[in-house]
Amino acid sequence: MYKNKATARRGGAGKYILIAVSVLFVLVMLIFPLGAVIGNSLKNGLAYYFSAISTKYVASALRVTLVAAVIAVLVNTFFGLMAAWLLTKFRFRGQGVLAAAIDIPFSISPVIAGLAYIMTFGRSGWATPAVEWLNDLLGTDISLVFSVPGVVLATIFVTFPFVSRELIPVMNANGRDEEEAAALMGAGGWRIFRKITLPQIKWALLYGIILCTARALGEFGAVYAVSKTRGRTFTLPLEIDALYMSGTADSITAAFAVSSLLVIMAIVLLVLRSVVEHIAGKNGKKEGQ
Amino acid sequence: MYVELKHINKSFGSFRASEDISFSIEKGRLAALLGPSGSGKTTILRMIAGLEAPDSGEIWINGQLVNEVPGSQRGIGFVFQNYALFRYMTVWDNIAFGLEVQKKSKKEIRERVSELVGLVGLTGLEKRYPSELSGGQKQRVAFARALAPSPRLLLLDEPFAAVDAKVRQELRQWLKGMIARVGITSIFVTHDQEEALEVADQIIVTNQGRVEQIGAPAEIYLKPASSFVARFVTGVPAIEGDWRFVGFPEPPAGARALIRPEFVEAFRPDNEKYKALLDGAQPGVVEDVSFRGSHWEVTLQTGNASVTVRRSLQRRPVARGDILQVVIYRLYQLAPDGSIRLLENKALEGRYIPED
Repeated sequence: MYKNKATARRGGAGKYILIAVSVLFVLVMLIFPLGAVIGNSLKNGLAYYFSAISTKYVASALRVTLVAAVIAVLVNTFFGLMAAWLLTKFRFRGQGVLAAAIDIPFSISPVIAGLAYIMTFGRSGWATPAVEWLNDLLGTDISLVFSVPGVVLATIFVTFPFVSRELIPVMNANGRDEEEAAALMGAGGWRIFRKITLPQIKWALLYGIILCTARALGEFGAVYAVSKTRGRTFTLPLEIDALYMSGTADSITAAFAVSSLLVIMAIVLLVLRSVVEHIAGKNGKKEGQ
Repeated sequence: MYVELKHINKSFGSFRASEDISFSIEKGRLAALLGPSGSGKTTILRMIAGLEAPDSGEIWINGQLVNEVPGSQRGIGFVFQNYALFRYMTVWDNIAFGLEVQKKSKKEIRERVSELVGLVGLTGLEKRYPSELSGGQKQRVAFARALAPSPRLLLLDEPFAAVDAKVRQELRQWLKGMIARVGITSIFVTHDQEEALEVADQIIVTNQGRVEQIGAPAEIYLKPASSFVARFVTGVPAIEGDWRFVGFPEPPAGARALIRPEFVEAFRPDNEKYKALLDGAQPGVVEDVSFRGSHWEVTLQTGNASVTVRRSLQRRPVARGDILQVVIYRLYQLAPDGSIRLLENKALEGRYIPED
């Protein structure tokens, strides 16, 4: 009896120390800085705040950010699904290489990714003739660097692995038996995907999409390399950087005001993420055999 | 012949999963593919189902060469090892899936599914999800799901592996009865020789990608064609080394012996009933006695080997260290090349052998 109490008390003390350390860390490293963002953004009053976030530069940056994020998420969801499906449900030569290649954006600095795009699609890039040929063919004038399409490409690059990385472990754990069973009964690929695979992976998929969105909204390095025109190809993070770097007290306050937009989006995504995790966790428990 | 495999070969990289596999199964039979794990039995089943393609050879089902026919067109019901029930569908939807794929009418689906639910005894559980079922119930759902589209051939991959020993015994009889009732040609894969002997009409023993023997259970058990079959089906370890038994010629170098418990009798020297067998017997020391419910299992050290015999509970008890007379009626002599010979005890020729 005494011994149990003693261990319980010791465990209790340890627990509170750990809680204190964690809370302190989160406060110092996350909450205070984010609070400072909100606080600084309101330094010149609400009227200034709203005028700061409604300039034409900010409107343009917000639009570019959302366009890039939406396209990147759509593209990466599609290819992430395909890649995960391919890597887990089929066996082929070079599988390991492909699986590793998908992770490249995780391990490479985003700036390098941006520069790589310039070297590929820029004025002297090796893929430029192909792009020009395509433009001539379609009668368009799309440029892939220092333009919105370039921003989109860079965003796609850095957020590429998020969806597939969430899906692959889940799909591996589920195996191929259910798909094989359905295929033997004559079900086609689309029916198998919709009825068998998708229900198994929907929470992981949603989680991957949310992570991908968060990353796409906040991307700085890769986009910085391919985007040079304020008011046209700048995203919110670049706009914030520009405001902050112009150095007047007012523009710094404006930078914080624009930052608060990203913070709000991040909080919304965080809440969504927690909700998804919660529901997925509950489902996981129910399904546990 | 309903199902026929002709000279099937299959490799995965450098691993030869099937080497010149040929066998055939008559309509309405329940056949077992029996072998240790890694013997290639599941690969054979998956090739019949069309889940794997053979590198060479022919697969015939109902007089049709099916090598180029996709699995879904072969008229096959497949029960997976872990059942592979669709976890996000109810029992009802699981069984109805194959019929929906075939675009059967709603009415037809309803009738067929409720018929099958009744057949496998799961009425009332239609709305449950697989995670809410016991192992035995899952197997019944898997069975019903495989049968729903009225296949011509039922394939079962280790159908009893995922349930515990008690349920397994009950399920074996259930499945055997159910297959007989439906009258469908069936092949099941198992590594459990007792299961194959008990359930199947025909056993195909596989080892290292090859067919070792094909035959009825009694034939496989009583006349094993190779030393592998004898060892695998008997479940008794072979005797190695310098063994020597009264009534048997000196074994050739490297030969092993396989002695089933029913090939041996052990009795006290004063036992009148077995007196006539003394010429063919040798002394043995009791090494171990274990109680097996219906009998004692007595292990004796004799003739430079360890031999096991079953002893009726009616007889005088024996204890470790007792010396008994051991008579070996017959034994399998396993040559190093894998061939097998059944040898009879020469000293007992013409003698009356008392019944146990």
